[in-house]
Amino acid sequence: MSSFFIITGVVTLLGAAFAMSLRNLVHCALAMAIAFSGVAALYLQLAAQFVGFAEILVYVGAIAILIVFAILLTRSGEAPEQSVLTSGWLAGIAVSALVFTVLGWAVLNSSAIPRQTSPAPVVTVKNIGDALMTKFVLPLEIIGLVLTIALIGAVLIALKEGSQSKADDEGLKMKKPSSSPSIPGSQFSTGGRP
Amino acid sequence: MLGEQIIKGMAVTARNFFGSYVSKERLTTVQYPEEHLVPKENTRQFPFLVYDGDDWEKGLRCVACQICEKECPPKCIYIVKSKDKKPDYKGQPQLYPLTFDIDISVCMSCQICVEVCPFESIKMDTKFELSTGDRFGGLLISKDKLAKSNGYYQRIHPQDAADSDAVIAAEKAKAEAKAKAAAEAKAKAATAAMAAPPAAAPAPPANPGQKS
Amino acid sequence: MFNSLDQIFVTALHWLVSFVPEALRPLASSLVCIAFILSVFPGVFAITTIFERKGIGRIQNRYGPNRVGIPFTKIRLCGFGQFIPDGIKSLTKEDIVPRAADKIVHFLAPVVMLIPVMLAYAVLPFGKNMSVTDYDAGLLFFFAVGGAVELSVFMAGWSSRNKYSLLGAMRAIAQMVSYEIPLILSAVTVVMIVGSLNLSEIVKHQNQYTFGIAHWFVFTPWGLAGFILFFIASLAESNRTPFDLPEAESEIIAGYFTEYSGFKFALFFLGEYLGMFAIIGLGITLFLGGWTSPVSFLTWIPSYVWFLSKLMAIVFVFIWIRATLPRLRMDQLMNFAWKFMLPLALINILVAGIWHYLGADWQRWPVCAAIIFGAYAVLGRGLMHNQKLGKRIYRYAE
Repeated sequence: MSSFFIITGVVTLLGAAFAMSLRNLVHCALAMAIAFSGVAALYLQLAAQFVGFAEILVYVGAIAILIVFAILLTRSGEAPEQSVLTSGWLAGIAVSALVFTVLGWAVLNSSAIPRQTSPAPVVTVKNIGDALMTKFVLPLEIIGLVLTIALIGAVLIALKEGSQSKADDEGLKMKKPSSSPSIPGSQFSTGGRP
Repeated sequence: MLGEQIIKGMAVTARNFFGSYVSKERLTTVQYPEEHLVPKENTRQFPFLVYDGDDWEKGLRCVACQICEKECPPKCIYIVKSKDKKPDYKGQPQLYPLTFDIDISVCMSCQICVEVCPFESIKMDTKFELSTGDRFGGLLISKDKLAKSNGYYQRIHPQDAADSDAVIAAEKAKAEAKAKAAAEAKAKAATAAMAAPPAAAPAPPANPGQKS
Repeated sequence: MFNSLDQIFVTALHWLVSFVPEALRPLASSLVCIAFILSVFPGVFAITTIFERKGIGRIQNRYGPNRVGIPFTKIRLCGFGQFIPDGIKSLTKEDIVPRAADKIVHFLAPVVMLIPVMLAYAVLPFGKNMSVTDYDAGLLFFFAVGGAVELSVFMAGWSSRNKYSLLGAMRAIAQMVSYEIPLILSAVTVVMIVGSLNLSEIVKHQNQYTFGIAHWFVFTPWGLAGFILFFIASLAESNRTPFDLPEAESEIIAGYFTEYSGFKFALFFLGEYLGMFAIIGLGITLFLGGWTSPVSFLTWIPSYVWFLSKLMAIVFVFIWIRATLPRLRMDQLMNFAWKFMLPLALINILVAGIWHYLGADWQRWPVCAAIIFGAYAVLGRGLMHNQKLGKRIYRYAE
C-alpha cells in the first residue's frame, strides 16, 4: 500500500463523504466531482490509462455537468436546507456496514481475483480497441442502440413541448386582432380609432 | 456557397492590414502630441492683438476704442485707456490701451470682437494648448502675451490677413489721397491768397476784375 | 550539427538531471519540464496579447499599443512591452469578492480552470523526442482535461450569485459541450488512419516525404475537412469570436467573469489563452504535422522552431478571424454545431474509412474529395435555406 494509494483513497472517500453531507447542493456536486477524479487517479495507478482518462472525460466532464445543470434548472437560488443527519442515522449506519461486509466478502472470495499476484498485464489501447471490436462487439452495439433510443426520446419530449408552445403562440396571435377591436395603431382592426 | 462571404471578408481585412503599413489612407491616426493635424483656415480659438512692424508697443493697432469690450457677450475683455496719444498708421494721433486683458476661461470664441473692430486690430488665434496649473490668474492673458505680429497673422490665416491688409491699405490710400487733395487745396488757396493781396494792396481801383 | 541544435533541449534536460542522485531523477526531470512549460507558454501568451492588440488595431485602421517598450526608459520597441504594465495592473487591482458570493468556490474557479489547461501541455510533442510524457492514450488525456474546464466555468458562474454570470456560464457550458463533439470526431479520423492514440506516433506518421512534400494529413481531403472542422471547433472551445457570446462585453457585461477582478481575472484570461494554445497545438500535431517541416529540403530547421511558427501562424489566423467576423447569436451557434458540423464530421469519418479501404491508388483522392464537397454543398444549402430572414415577429408584444 504505497503512500500515493493512501492519499488518493482518502481523497476519494472524503469527496464521497462530503457529497453526502454538505448543506449546499452545488457543493455536494463539486465534492462528487472530486470523488470521481480520485477514482480516476486510482485507475491510473493501476496503469489502466484508457479507463482513467475516460473516467475523467465522461464523469467529470459530462456527468458532473449534467448534475449541476439538473440542480440549477430545478432549484435555483434556494437557501441551504437543514442538516442531513436525520433521526434514523443509527439504523442507516448499521445497514451500510452490513452491505459493506457482504460486498467485501463477495469480492474477496470471488474468482475474478487471482490468488497469486501475477504481474499486471500491459494492456494498450490497441488491445482494448481490438477487444471491443471482436469479443465485445455485441455489448458495444447494444449500448449504442440504447443511447440512440434515449437521445431520440429526449428530442421527442423536447419537440413536443416546443411544438405545443408554438401552437399556443399561433392560437394566441390569431385570436388577438379579432377579439380586441380597439388596439391603438393596428391598421387591421375593425372599429378602431378613425 | 457557404463560407464564400467569410473568405471575402477576410480578404478585405487582410487588405486593410497590409495597406496600413504602406498607405496613409489605411492608417489615418494622427499621434497627437508628436504630430498635429493641419488646422483649417477658419480655425479659431481665442483672440489676439495684431501689431505692425517689429516693436509691439509702438506698432499695436489697437486704439482702445472699447467697442470690443462693450460688444463682448460674456464681458471677458478688460481695457484701460491711456492718457497720452501716439500716432497710428494713418499718421493721426490715437489713444492706446494701457491694459488689455482677456479672460480666456470666460471667452466663448464667438468672434464678435473681431467683427466689430474698426481698426483690424483684434483677430482670432489658433493656439489651444493653453492649459495651466495656475487657477487664479493663469487664464487671464495680458497685453504683452496677446500682441502678435502681422507676419504671424498672415501665417495662420492667409486669406483673412490678405483681406485685412487690403482694407488697411485702402484706408491708407484714401487718407493719403484726402491729405493730398487737402494739401493741393491749401496750396491753391495759399497761392491765390498770396497773389490776391499784393494785387489788391497797390491798386485796388486798378484791377477790379482780378479779384477772384 | 543541425541534429544537435534540434535536440538541444533534450540534451540540456539530461545534463541538468545528471546533477541529481539516481533516485530523484524522475522527479527532477519532471520539475525541469514543468519549469520549461511554465516559462515558455505564459511568455507566448504575453506576446500574443500584444500581437492581438496591434493586429486588430492595424486591421481597424489604427495603431495598436505603440508606446511602452522597456519600462522606465524611452525605448519604445513598437509597444511590445505592453504586457508588463498590464500584468502589474492586474496584480495591483483590488480583488473584490461579492458579499453574497460563495467564497470557496469563487476562489477555486480560476484555479480549477488553470490546472487542467496546464496539464494538457504534458502530452503535446513540441519537437522531436520533446513531449513531457508519452502516454499511450495521449489524445484521450487531452480531451479529458479539456472537459474539466467546463466545470470551472460553471463554478465561476454559479459562485458569483449574479444573473449575468449564471446566464453566461450556462451559455458557455452549452457551447463548449456542443462543440466538443465535432472536435473529437474530427480527431477520430486521424486516429483511425494512424491506428494509435499516441501523439508522437501520429507525428511520426506524418514525417514521411513524397516528391519533397510531407505527408501531413491536412493535404488529404478528409484531413482538410477535419482540419477545418477542428479549427472552427477550437475557436468555439476557446470562446473566441465569432463564438464569444458568453464573454462578450456588449452582450452580457463579461459573462461568467463579471465578478472577478484583479489577479483572478488575469488567471482566467491566462487560462483562456493557454487553452487556446493547447488546442491549436493539438490541431497542429494531428493535422499539420506537429514538428515536421512541410518540404523535405527544410528539415534542417529545428523541430521546435517549426512547432512554434505553426502555432504563431494559426494564432494570427485566429486574430484575423476575430477582427473580421461578427458574433454568432446563441441559437445560430448551436444550429451550426449540431446541424452542420456534426453531420459533416460523421461524413468525414466515413470518408476516412473509404480512403483507407480504397488502398493507395490515385483514385481515392477525387472520390473522397467529391464526397466531402458534395456533403458540404448540400448541408450548406440546407443551413442557408432555414434562415427565416424576414420581418421580425414578436411573440408577446403584438
